[in-house]
Amino acid sequence: MTDWDRFVFTFFNWKVMAEYLPKIVEGFILTVELALLIVVSGLALGLALAVIRSFGIRPLNWLIVFVVDLFRALPPLVIIVLIYFGLPSLGPAPSGFVSTWISLTLVLAAFAEEIVWGGILAVPKGQWEAARSTGLGFTATLTHVVLPQALRICIPPLTNRTIAITKGTALGSVVAVAEILSVASGAVAFSSNPSPLTLGAIAYLILFIPVVAFGRWVETRFAWKR
Amino acid sequence: MEEFLFTFFNIEVMRAASPILLQGLWMTLLLILAAVPLGLAGGVVLAVLSVFRHPMIRWPLIAWVDFFRAFPPLVLLVFIYAGLPFAGIEIGAFGCVAIGFFLNTSSYYGEILRAGIESIPRGQVEAARSTGLSATQTMGYVILPQAVRNVLPDLVSNTLEVVKLTSIASVVALPELLFQARQAQSVTYNPSPIVAAAIVYFLMLWPVVRLLSRLEHKAVARR
Amino acid sequence: MLSGVATARPIVDAIGIHKHFGALHVLKGVDLVVSERELVFVIGPSGSGKSTLLRCCNRLETPSSGSVMVDGIDLLDRRTDINLARQRIGMVFQQFNLYPHMTARGNVTLALRKVAGKSRAEADELADAALARVGLAEKAEAYPLELSGGQQQRVAIARAIALEPRVMLFDEPTSALDPELVGGVLAVMRSLREAGMTMVVVSHEMAFARAAADRVVFMDHGVIVEQGTPAQVFGAPQQERTRAFLRQLDH
Repeated sequence: MTDWDRFVFTFFNWKVMAEYLPKIVEGFILTVELALLIVVSGLALGLALAVIRSFGIRPLNWLIVFVVDLFRALPPLVIIVLIYFGLPSLGPAPSGFVSTWISLTLVLAAFAEEIVWGGILAVPKGQWEAARSTGLGFTATLTHVVLPQALRICIPPLTNRTIAITKGTALGSVVAVAEILSVASGAVAFSSNPSPLTLGAIAYLILFIPVVAFGRWVETRFAWKR
Repeated sequence: MEEFLFTFFNIEVMRAASPILLQGLWMTLLLILAAVPLGLAGGVVLAVLSVFRHPMIRWPLIAWVDFFRAFPPLVLLVFIYAGLPFAGIEIGAFGCVAIGFFLNTSSYYGEILRAGIESIPRGQVEAARSTGLSATQTMGYVILPQAVRNVLPDLVSNTLEVVKLTSIASVVALPELLFQARQAQSVTYNPSPIVAAAIVYFLMLWPVVRLLSRLEHKAVARR
Repeated sequence: MLSGVATARPIVDAIGIHKHFGALHVLKGVDLVVSERELVFVIGPSGSGKSTLLRCCNRLETPSSGSVMVDGIDLLDRRTDINLARQRIGMVFQQFNLYPHMTARGNVTLALRKVAGKSRAEADELADAALARVGLAEKAEAYPLELSGGQQQRVAIARAIALEPRVMLFDEPTSALDPELVGGVLAVMRSLREAGMTMVVVSHEMAFARAAADRVVFMDHGVIVEQGTPAQVFGAPQQERTRAFLRQLDH
């Protein structure tokens, strides 16, 4: 065998790949499901927190700022491990899937709150004044005038942060979520050949290259237009 | 309440685990000291290369950066850790982590710095070159300092992410903070060591998070 | 005081207004009384407190002390529904402050629908009428970024008049405009005046003041220094500070 043949046999072993392809596809689907759940719940929670914060209720805002800081400062894997290995000692035993979902939702919500709040602050004061001068109340001004503009400003950073955090679904492999990485690692151990990992890597590329390209497009599309 | 405290804030367990947690913290700091400078250096190289508009440089560069940004860092790390031995290369866990982190973080730093360089008006280059500075001098003395200042919040934010990312080294059995905390947890059957590790991370990174909020909101106010 | 309708209840009745911003004392006991159909023109150097006074008249700023009645409604009374009151007080800003994410018509209809409770069809009809009054009927579908500064300011005026206010407050409405665009905005203001609108205008357009104002108020350092007809204030100012300000403008 030449070096090249050995390389192909090791990392691109078609036989091994074909054998584990169905499992990787299952992992792929689970990863997509997990990612979508995180995106929806994380963004919704983050937006809600930013809106609540804009009402300026002091003690509540301190709490929001602290919780947001907390989940921005803690490594996501630490949160996942804490929930998955820690909570059962107290009673509820969330599955790896639920642990990962909750953890990354909290992390995404924290970052989203911070970004949306920044967007709300970035809307010029004159917009508030104009709307209030026509008799619109605080909530109506926020929903109809300020938030639409704030969200537009937020779209590029929000997109990039969302992408970065959904890549964290791979962390689920640590707590036995049968997503791509965990399926692939298991297959490597089973077959004594790293080709399933190559397959897993390809699966991730298929999943995320379009997403990263989309993020790049969003960034240029929304960059200088307001 | 008592049960909650006993479970998550068990002082006895935390005290018993503190020596190995401290070892873990030491390893985490070592990782940071390796990953951040390496990633920054790689990022500067990628960003400076992006100045060349030639398609033979431009497209491979974009492909490289997007490739390593698309990979979840953990996947990259596991791939290197589990794959390299099959290729007959043994570099140990720390080496694997260093390589994986370098590929990932340099791509992110590179993207940020590229955006910074592109934010500098063309007139700056022309002014510098008109005074006789070379292209390299212009980049080093005029463009990069301004670029770095313009994207400072993003650089700090990315550094925060790199520091948090070091926790994934636990997956390849590198004895850093999270790994040691989990060891202690599995020995004591009590999650307090993980809570202790979380507290350490939080105390270490909270000032950075606060600083970032300041920087970001200041950047917003300036617009 | 000069007034053609001295018997009628004043539309704006602001008495003894003080305003502090921290240590800064911006308004030091100002009275501003505006009768129905009157056009009061407020002039003065920057920092004299004239914009703050105007903003006290719809409670965008809350006075530190004093009383503000507009059309018989006490703006400083806690029981007053300020949002309802503000419908009756139109305001036009220096920077237009149009909502960039809405069309011209959308800008005008928002408060009609959300505050005045009109249906979309009713609001659209009123908005189109208001836009026609400012000469922009054909721009109803345009977004602010597609309009010139002068057109944006006219849309902003339409946004205010569509609510059928009892008084219009203008805060330097032409200061942010290129000179060639000023005329269009002033023409709209003049037509409002001819239709009998009560107006308070903070501005540096002295020619417009001379031609259209019933009364000119000169403010400096948070007090009203002098007021009277344009002929009195511009032609024969009584106070040295007024003379100094007007001399400066001539240069």
